[in-house]
Amino acid sequence: MQNSILDLDQVSVSFDGFYALTDLDFKLYPGELRSIIGPNGAGKTTFLDVITGKVKPTKGNVKLRGKNIIGLSEQKISRMGVGRKFQTPRVFENLTVQRNLELTASPTKTPWALLTKSLSAVARDEVFKIMEYVGLAPYAKLQAGSLSHGQKQWLAISMLVAQSPDIILLDEPVAGLTDDETSKTADLIKSLAGEHTVVVIEHDMEFIRDLGAPVTVLHQGQKLTEGSLEEVKRDPRVIEVYLGQTDEN
Amino acid sequence: MKLFKRLVPWILLAFAFFILPAMANSELFGFSQFRLNLFGRYFSLAFVALGVDLIWGYTGLLSLGQGIFFSLGGYAIAMHLLLVTKNDFTTGANGLPKFFENYGVDNLPFFWEPFWSFPVSIIAVFIVPSVIAGFVGYLIFRNRIKGVYFSIITQASLMVFYHFFNGQQKLVNGTNGLKTSTTEIFGLVAGSDEAQVLFFRITLILLPFAYLLCKYLTSGRFGDSLVAIRDDEPRLRFSGFNPTPFKVIVFVVAGGLAGISGALYTVQSGIVSPQFMSISMSIEMVIWVAVGGRGTLVGPIIGAVLVNYLRSLVSEALPEAWLFVQGALFVFVVVLMPDGIYGWFTKGGFTSMLAAFGIAKKTATYPKLDFDESVQEESFKV
Repeated sequence: MQNSILDLDQVSVSFDGFYALTDLDFKLYPGELRSIIGPNGAGKTTFLDVITGKVKPTKGNVKLRGKNIIGLSEQKISRMGVGRKFQTPRVFENLTVQRNLELTASPTKTPWALLTKSLSAVARDEVFKIMEYVGLAPYAKLQAGSLSHGQKQWLAISMLVAQSPDIILLDEPVAGLTDDETSKTADLIKSLAGEHTVVVIEHDMEFIRDLGAPVTVLHQGQKLTEGSLEEVKRDPRVIEVYLGQTDEN
Repeated sequence: MKLFKRLVPWILLAFAFFILPAMANSELFGFSQFRLNLFGRYFSLAFVALGVDLIWGYTGLLSLGQGIFFSLGGYAIAMHLLLVTKNDFTTGANGLPKFFENYGVDNLPFFWEPFWSFPVSIIAVFIVPSVIAGFVGYLIFRNRIKGVYFSIITQASLMVFYHFFNGQQKLVNGTNGLKTSTTEIFGLVAGSDEAQVLFFRITLILLPFAYLLCKYLTSGRFGDSLVAIRDDEPRLRFSGFNPTPFKVIVFVVAGGLAGISGALYTVQSGIVSPQFMSISMSIEMVIWVAVGGRGTLVGPIIGAVLVNYLRSLVSEALPEAWLFVQGALFVFVVVLMPDGIYGWFTKGGFTSMLAAFGIAKKTATYPKLDFDESVQEESFKV
């Protein structure tokens, strides 16, 4: 059996007695592509918060390549190879598109390195390739704040690609994108899987089907079920949490 | 044109360096020695404004405690001057600076000792504020204190320093401060015209270096990280950056610049006193930067010089009016010129103002539509 790259063991997160996650077990293997769905308040974002170090679990273990990462700062976990895209496209609005990417593409992120060394030609080429691929090249010198919502989403994802972490966590990557952009995003994400391990949280079922990846359903902080999208859709419990009643007939 | 734009600041600098002292010397166009000295002070305040711009304009941390570092630089140079000068005005009967006599102090307080040496004092001017800024900054930033809490803590620190310096007559002459105008430096009396011209020129020589240092810090990926901290610090953490050292470095540099500023200001105003640590002084520094233009580096220099020049002019005409003018100026800039004077010019504010008066052509987002009369007519119908 292959070693898991990410391993959540009996993780619970409580905010003043309210359990956002309850005894969650979750395993991720290198190169895997995984979708996570669940109704609002299922704990999807808290799940990412735990992995990226934003929230410290009340109970349980989180292991990255066998190493416990609980209590480490966000930047340390990030440097260990975990990248995250937020629900809203968070980009550095007062930097140009190119500089957004070059900043996240920096291999060493200490002040001294950023002051004295310029970005290697290889990394700069990589940034240009990414911009070409996602169609942001014409906007390279434009401030990220003046991009449209869809372009910001793309930039946020591109920043992750430039950062090139082992595990890519995407929180609603296609929210507010057109159908065309959505299918293009699906292609991009599929091409990332394999080399990277990718977790996608999304509400858009069409998009989840496009990805064709195993689906984990979260509900009230617990894992409801796991399987392919078709299997999951047939599961009466999933229908219940989404529609609010069991389809007995 | 581009070359010309690049040369303008240097031409202005050269003009200030060579012509202004000559004009003051011959009282040309009513430009007196007194005026020259005032301009020297304004330029020395530009250093602290550059520091405020780094920490506030670029990194987004509103420090209301720059007066601490400003005063420390001033005290460092003043202590040195008081120690080494031996004349009837500054030296008491026991060979120590005269004010010690008033409080019956016969032994020099220990922390005065290093200031016998000129090089040590010059280094202390920026090292002491930097070290304190680094220490305070590290504690604040490591604990992820930011926003308004950072401002409050820096202002509280300012009060602590103010009360310490204000209360310690036996150490630093308390509220009276240290008077440097009667001391001697380079064989000149610090308050004399020759010395003042010298200080004026030293200020102008150092200013480009301070500017270039800030330029160097803000132009590359380091500068981008600062802007990123301002825009979205948590996001930066998730990209693997630790913002703490960045913020500490910027705070240290800003502190050092404030120290240099304080030293230059002290020798040109002839005194350093705890008044430099008053709350209003530190807030004024922020106003200069806001008026000049945040995050532009040239803006704060313009702001510091212009606002203080205006202050002198207004105070000479209507002594009571300055505070009202200053308040109005701040409100005006915040409401109508959020990018400050410099930002307003560089972002096309001047052209749009001319356009408003019908002098220049309006700029259009979609020229084909905006200037197409039939389209314009249609939009009016709706």
